[in-house]
Amino acid sequence: MSIQTILLTLVALLLFSYFLGRKRSLRSVKKGRGGDKLHSRPAYYGYMVALWAGIPAVIVLLLWTMFQSQIVTSLTVAGLPETMQAESQGGHGLVINEIMNLADSGMVAEKSDPTLKAAAEHYLRLRGISHQAIAVLALVAAVIGMLLGLRMVRPDTRARNVVERAIVWTMLGCAAIAILTTVGIVLSVLFESLRFFHAVPITDFLFGLTWSPQTALRADQVGSSGAFGAVPLFAGTMLISAIALAVAVPLGLMSAIYLSDYASPMMRAITKPVLEVLAGIPTVVYGFFAALTVAPFIRQAGEALGLDVASESALAAGLVMGIMLIPFISSLSDDALSAVPRAMRDGSLGLGATRSETIRKVLIPAALPGIVGGILLAASRAIGETMIVVMAAGLSANLTINPLEAVTTVTVQIVTLLTGDQEFDSPKTLAAFALGLGLFVITLLLNIVALKVIRRYREQYE
Amino acid sequence: MTATRDRIEATLRKRYRRERLFRFFGLVSLGISFLFLLILLFTIFRTGLPAFQQTWIKIDVDLDPAVLGVDRHASQDELFGANYAKAIKVSLRKIFPDAKGRKKKRGLKNLVSNSAPWQLRDAVMKHPDLIGTTHAFWFLAKDEVDVFMKGRIDRNLPESDRRLKDFQLAWIDKLLAEGRLEKRFNTTLFTAGDSREPEQAGVAGAIMGSFFTMLVTLLLSFPIGVAAAAYLEEFAPQNNRWVDFIEVNINNLAAVPSIIFGLLGLAVFINFFGVPRSTPLVGGLVLTLMTLPTIIIASRAAIKSVPPSIKQAAIGLGASPVQTLFHHTLPLAMPGILTGTIIGMAQALGETAPLLMIGMVAFVVDIPHGILDPATVMPVQVYLWSDSPERAFVERTSAAIIILLGFLVVMNSAAILLRRRFERKW
Repeated sequence: MSIQTILLTLVALLLFSYFLGRKRSLRSVKKGRGGDKLHSRPAYYGYMVALWAGIPAVIVLLLWTMFQSQIVTSLTVAGLPETMQAESQGGHGLVINEIMNLADSGMVAEKSDPTLKAAAEHYLRLRGISHQAIAVLALVAAVIGMLLGLRMVRPDTRARNVVERAIVWTMLGCAAIAILTTVGIVLSVLFESLRFFHAVPITDFLFGLTWSPQTALRADQVGSSGAFGAVPLFAGTMLISAIALAVAVPLGLMSAIYLSDYASPMMRAITKPVLEVLAGIPTVVYGFFAALTVAPFIRQAGEALGLDVASESALAAGLVMGIMLIPFISSLSDDALSAVPRAMRDGSLGLGATRSETIRKVLIPAALPGIVGGILLAASRAIGETMIVVMAAGLSANLTINPLEAVTTVTVQIVTLLTGDQEFDSPKTLAAFALGLGLFVITLLLNIVALKVIRRYREQYE
Repeated sequence: MTATRDRIEATLRKRYRRERLFRFFGLVSLGISFLFLLILLFTIFRTGLPAFQQTWIKIDVDLDPAVLGVDRHASQDELFGANYAKAIKVSLRKIFPDAKGRKKKRGLKNLVSNSAPWQLRDAVMKHPDLIGTTHAFWFLAKDEVDVFMKGRIDRNLPESDRRLKDFQLAWIDKLLAEGRLEKRFNTTLFTAGDSREPEQAGVAGAIMGSFFTMLVTLLLSFPIGVAAAAYLEEFAPQNNRWVDFIEVNINNLAAVPSIIFGLLGLAVFINFFGVPRSTPLVGGLVLTLMTLPTIIIASRAAIKSVPPSIKQAAIGLGASPVQTLFHHTLPLAMPGILTGTIIGMAQALGETAPLLMIGMVAFVVDIPHGILDPATVMPVQVYLWSDSPERAFVERTSAAIIILLGFLVVMNSAAILLRRRFERKW
C-alpha cells in the first residue's frame, strides 16, 4: 500500500467518523430523557470524533516515517554475511547504497554479485512488509480512536471546547515552527561544522590566509593542499558589501528624503512603483545583468583610463548589489524619517531654517537610530546576498582591498563547494557548513542589533 | 537690529544655493535608480526578444528506401529504427554539391539541428507512404545559423574569430536566396524542457517545476502562516517569555540570508528526513520556511487592523474566541493576508540561492509531472543558462528572465489590485 493510498484512506475514514459523530450526537438527544440538549452544535461532535481518529493515526505515521528507513536498513545489514557486515560499517555505507541502488533500479545491474542481489531482494521484501505493516497499524489506530471518540459523544460532553482547544494548540504549534526553524538552522550548521573542525583546526579556519579547498585525492597530487583559511573570503565579502553600501546608503537615503519632502504627489505616484519594481526583481536577474553588462562596461572604462580591471571585479558586483539595496534602504529610511514628530520639523521651519537645513540638522539626527538600524539590516542582506556574487564575482580567493581585482565571497564558496558532485563527509563539503555558520552568526548579530535599535527608536517617539 | 538682518541676508543667498543643491542631489539619486531600471530592462529586452523567434530551414528530403533502409510497408518498429540522419545528409548534399572534404561535410551537417532526424522520424511514422517520394520539410536550424540570422554574428570578422566559416556563410546566403530560411515564432521555448542544444532548449520544464514548487509552498505556508499570526495576535498570553521568543525568532528569520535556508534544507530535509533531492517537494519545504516570516508579519498587521468593536460584538453575542476568529476576524482580514501571501510567493518564485543547495541545479530534460519528479525552477534555469558558453543561450537567458518577470508582474499587480479593491479604512 503506497503512502498516498494510506493518506487517502485515512481522509475517507476521518470524513466517515465526522458524520458518525454528528449523527450519534443528534441521536443521543432524541434518545435521552426529555428536555436534554446538546452542549455544542452537532458538527463539533463530528470534529471531535474525527480528531480522536486522526491524531493517533498521524502520530503512528510520523513515527514510522522517522524510523522506518533506519530499521529496514539495519535489518538488511543484519541479513548480510559476516564479512560484508564489517565492511558496511567501515565503508561509509557504500554497501548499503549499492543495495539500495540495486533495489531501486529494479535489479537491472548485471555485474553485481549474487550476495548483493539477494540482499537487495531482502531489502525490497522488508520494505514491502514495513509498508503493509504501517498501513494496517495506522488504520487500526484510526478505527480504535474513532470508537473511543464515539463513546465520548454524550449530550453533556463539551465537544466545542475540546475542538477549540485542539485548534488553539495547533495554532501554537504553527507559531512555534519559527523556533523550530531557528533551532534547525543552528543544529544543522553547528553539527556539520563541528565535524569539519575535527578535520581542520578551528584556528586555521578563522585566521588562515589561504583558501584552496581542493583536497588531495592521492597523496602525490600537485596543488591540492587543502588550505581552509577563511580570512580572504570574509575580507572579500566585506569589500563587496562595503562597495554596495557606499552606493546604496547615500542614494537610498536621498531618494527617501526627496520622496517624502520635495516630490509632488504626481511624482511620488510614479517613483514609488519604480522603487518597488527594483525591489521585486529577483537577484538572479541582477546577477545576470552584472555579468553581462556592468562588468564589461567597467572593464572597458578602466581600460580607457589605463587601469587594469579584472573581468570579475569586486566593483561590478558591489555596484549592482548597491542598486539592489537602494529600495530597501529607501523604504527603511522613509519609515524612520516619518516617525519623527511633526512638531520638531515645524519648529525648525518656523525658526526660519530652510528645508534642507531642517532635514540635515533636525530630522536626520532625530531619525539617526532608525536609519542606522536600516543600514545594519542592509549590511546583513549584502553579506548574505548570493546570486549576484555567484554570477559576477570571482572564484579565486584574493586577499586584497583593491575593488578592481576579483575577490570571492563566503556565499560564492558555499555554492561552489556544495553544487559539485561530492561525497558528503569530505572536509570540502563540510567546510561549506562552517562558512554557513560564520555567515549565520554575523548576520544574526547584525539583525539582532538592528532590530533592537529600530525598536527602541520607535518607542522613543511613541 | 539691522546688523543682524544684514548678517542673515548676507548668508541667505548661500543658504538658498545649498537648498537647491540638496534638492538636486535628491532628484539625482532618484534619477539614478530610474536610469538603472531602464538600462536593465532595455538590455534584457534587447537581448531577449530575438529568442522568441527561431530560424527554420527547408530541405527537400528524398525519402529513398535504399537510404532509409526501410520501405513503406515496414512496421512501426522498423520505421523507428530507420536511418533518417543519412537521408537528411544526402538531401543536404544535393542542395550543396560543392560540400567536399571532411571539414565542409561537417559544416554542412551543422546547418540543421541534431533534432532534425527525430523530427523526420515522427513525420514518416505518421505517414509511412511518404517513403519513396521527395518531400519538403522544415527543420530547426542549428543555433549558430539562428544567431547569424538575427544579426549577432559579424561577417566582417576574420574567419577564425567566427563560429561560422566563410563557406557556411555562402551556403546560408544561398539558402536565403532560395527562400529556404525562415524565422518563425519560437514555440520550442515554451514546450520543451532543458537541452544542451540551444535551439532545442525551452522553459516548459522550469515553469512546471516552479509551479509544483510554488504549489507546495503555498499549501504549507499559507495555513501555517495564518494560524501562527492568528495565535500571536489573538490567543498568545501577553508578556509571556515564550511568545516574545517566538516573535524575536520570526523577525530574525525574515532577515536570515536565504542561502542558510538552503543549508538547513540540505542537512535536515535531505540528509536527515530523506526527502528526495532536486524535487519540488524539498524545494517547496525550504521556500515555505523562507516565506513564513513574510506571511506571518503581513497577516498579523492585517488581523491587527480589524477593529476590536467587531470582535467584542461577536463575543458579546456569545461566540467563543475561536468562533470569533474564524467567523469574523479572519474573513475581514483576508484581503490583507492574501496581499502579504502573494508578495511572499513572488519572493519565493524569484528565489535561487537556497535551491542551488538542495540539488535543483541538476540538468533535467524531462518536464516534471509531480512534486516527486526531479525538477528545476525558473530562476535556477536562468542561472544555468547564463553559465552556458553558447551565444544562443545568452538570448535564451534573457528570454527566460522576461518570462519570469512577466509572472512576477502579474503576481504583484494582483496584490496591488487586491489591496486597492478590498482595502477598508475602518
